[in-house]
Amino acid sequence: MNGAEMNTENPSAQNPVAPLLELKDLAITFKTNNGEVPAVKRADLTIMPGETVAIVGESGSGKSTTALAAIGLLPSNGRVSGGSIVFDGEDLTNVSEKRMIQLRGSSIGMVPQDPMSNLNPVWKIGFQVKETLKANGLPSGPKDVAKVLTEAGLPDAAARANQYPHEFSGGMRQRALIAIGLACRPRLLIADEPTSALDVTVQRQILDHLETMTDELGTAVLLITHDLGLAAERAHKVVVMYKGQVVESGPALELLTNPQHPYTQKLVASAPSLASRRIESSKGTGRESDEVLAPHAEDLQTDNVIEVKNLVKVYKIRGGWGKSSDFKAVDDVSFAIKRGTTTAVVGESGSGKSTVAKMVLGLEDATDGSITFDGVDITSLGRKEMFNFRRRVQPIFQDPYGSLDPMYNIFRTIEEPLRVHGVGNAKSREAKVRNLLDQVALPASMMQRFPNELSGGQRQRVAIARALALDPEVVICDEAVSALDVLVQAQILKLLADLQSELGLSYLFITHDLAVVRQIADHVCVMEKGKLVEKGTTDDVFEKPQTAYTQALLDAIPGAGLMLPPEVA
Amino acid sequence: MAWYLVRRFLQLIPVFLGATLLIYFLVFSLPGDATAAICGEKGCTPAVEASIRAQYNLDEPFWVQYFLYLKGLLTFDLGTNFAGRPIAEIIANVFPTTAKLAVMALVFEAVAGVVVGLFAGLKKGKLFDSTVLVVSLVVIAVPIFVLGFLMQFLIGVKLEWTNPTVSGDATFTELILPALVLGLVSFAYVLRLTRTAVIENASADYVRTATAKGLSRRRVIGVHVMRNSMIPVATFLGADLGALMGGAIVTEGIFNVNGVGNTLYRAVLNGEAPVVVSIVTVLILIFCLANLLVDLLYAWLDPRIRYA
Repeated sequence: MNGAEMNTENPSAQNPVAPLLELKDLAITFKTNNGEVPAVKRADLTIMPGETVAIVGESGSGKSTTALAAIGLLPSNGRVSGGSIVFDGEDLTNVSEKRMIQLRGSSIGMVPQDPMSNLNPVWKIGFQVKETLKANGLPSGPKDVAKVLTEAGLPDAAARANQYPHEFSGGMRQRALIAIGLACRPRLLIADEPTSALDVTVQRQILDHLETMTDELGTAVLLITHDLGLAAERAHKVVVMYKGQVVESGPALELLTNPQHPYTQKLVASAPSLASRRIESSKGTGRESDEVLAPHAEDLQTDNVIEVKNLVKVYKIRGGWGKSSDFKAVDDVSFAIKRGTTTAVVGESGSGKSTVAKMVLGLEDATDGSITFDGVDITSLGRKEMFNFRRRVQPIFQDPYGSLDPMYNIFRTIEEPLRVHGVGNAKSREAKVRNLLDQVALPASMMQRFPNELSGGQRQRVAIARALALDPEVVICDEAVSALDVLVQAQILKLLADLQSELGLSYLFITHDLAVVRQIADHVCVMEKGKLVEKGTTDDVFEKPQTAYTQALLDAIPGAGLMLPPEVA
Repeated sequence: MAWYLVRRFLQLIPVFLGATLLIYFLVFSLPGDATAAICGEKGCTPAVEASIRAQYNLDEPFWVQYFLYLKGLLTFDLGTNFAGRPIAEIIANVFPTTAKLAVMALVFEAVAGVVVGLFAGLKKGKLFDSTVLVVSLVVIAVPIFVLGFLMQFLIGVKLEWTNPTVSGDATFTELILPALVLGLVSFAYVLRLTRTAVIENASADYVRTATAKGLSRRRVIGVHVMRNSMIPVATFLGADLGALMGGAIVTEGIFNVNGVGNTLYRAVLNGEAPVVVSIVTVLILIFCLANLLVDLLYAWLDPRIRYA
């Protein structure tokens, strides 16, 4: 009794209770065409009963692989090649699959990463909860299913249980997955990036709820995340992994304030959720970026490169029997982008921010209102004028994997806009591509490579080079850094800032990530459900948010509250 | 949903009209004189020839012939073939046999294809999978009449497990061998489709989550892999039912089945437009209905699809 109480009350304290999960010298390899490739090398980790431990690392660091090994779900080409995984005194590296099936669900639960792909689309939510209960020998009547779903914070659970996953929002699906993960009261819950696919405000709600539930049930949590701020906020202990190795571990706050390993130091320095204040200050003491930007913003107050006035976009939604209803995706939005500055449009998914971007790019027709570029209304442009307009306004999209043609090599990718617009001859175009690659800090030797041979960060650099090929005046970045790891994100943001000061570009930055906004934007527009709820300079919006919605967004940045004490002190 | 069904049935009307028109025109355009086929080598007297022409409206222009045919259809009179036998009777005579054959082939290819495909998919890259892949490729590549004659010779003639040909009664046991031959190529396709879908779904995130819930492997495969993998297979089987009904010409020829394929083949040779068009029209209607059935099955398998 004493032990159990201690676990939930003060898990990180020294106590004589045996660890719930202990990984010792764990090594995992994957079989590939080039032989066995190590994914995890000598990982050590200990979780006490009721404790929350976070593994932090970038993609490919082996953090998910480590967690999957603990529940015996490595992909078929992966295997544990050394070390041990001891769960509650039992070494899981050599137990039978039958024993593993007994443990899964009832002793070790899992909440997976992507709520969109982790529920079977062809079965009702209730069915998927029910079979979990049934498989682990628990009562599985409709009431039990509803109870489990209600616990996970799903409103109106009895009716919702009869719906299919596609009728749920991302947040609701994640709640259903949490319900499934905790349905059988496991002693350990593996939460693999449980909220990285969700909006920040939803993310916060879900994590709060998960924390409350696991606290109440005394469940130990192994939290996998790429977000150091989130890890520090939620976990007792943080383990940092890099290239398959544990480089540092310790109590969360200690690790943040006093990182020992160079990689952890880099991670702490560039984590946007933690660095918001720091980057501002470095910008204040900063070099050219600030010197160029600040006078611009004041001198050219009247020179707006893009002005959006009373923009409205209405979509028709088809109903049954030929009926259709209107859906206002963008409702009376006005803002302006001053030449040479960055304006960010922030909002959650469904707020209409990407629709605004598409209209400004001329890819989507506005239902009402006007968009003026350099004094000309683009909604009235003819085909040929539109073609010229496109040359001056270029996009960079979110997914660097999807937005590059896999059959085009890098040279052809960057050269294509030049060719389409008939700029120069073959020779001058090649020189231009070389120059562009240089600008985005990629070697010219990369020209003959194909996108699948590049990393995410390199691809996004190629996308930037392509956007810059036509010497545009405005670049529209639609979630341009959202898919990248924090370190790469920081590099790309710096590159964008440098290019802005070098070339006098204006950016329209569409993002859901306020931490990124703080690093790059001069002005911010906050959108909620199609409406513009707040706009102003970045400093004003961050320091004195005028609406509750903006405040909620700011509060939801992981680790926002965490960094304040050391900074104040 | 009701509205969707009504719309789908209304769509059958233009399909019906277009198909009959096209087929009637194609048969009309066939070279050769239809009376020559009726009269045989000896030939008829010009008077007899003229009366045949009059009886079957052969001297009328295409449009008149076509509309006379349609008019007959509306009064449920399909006319007679050149031998004077009512076409409705011919159809009633041969369709049950072919339908039996097609359904047997369909059941064979669906059950065997899904089962073998599932195991091949689950054992991807293993010996069983590789063997199955090679064999299915051979089945697809070798012409059906080669396989047909081969199986007829081995099973029917050498081993004498069954009659090498089908009698007029076309009993169930007699039809087993022809049904296997008829369904063989589609079996290979179903197998490959299932295999691919199983491989894809077995590595889906929701399958991993299902395993993490503590479900047994059998349940994970039965409930989470199978249903999702059946979606493309159902589409293929629906389209295939139509092909099996009409495409049995070769198989029916090999095993001497008195079915739709054989009758259709003879009618085409004789230039009997009404017979050809009537049979093909029935086939088209079956094809459309089978596809409608598949679409409904599809919506049941995949709840994300809703018809309105």
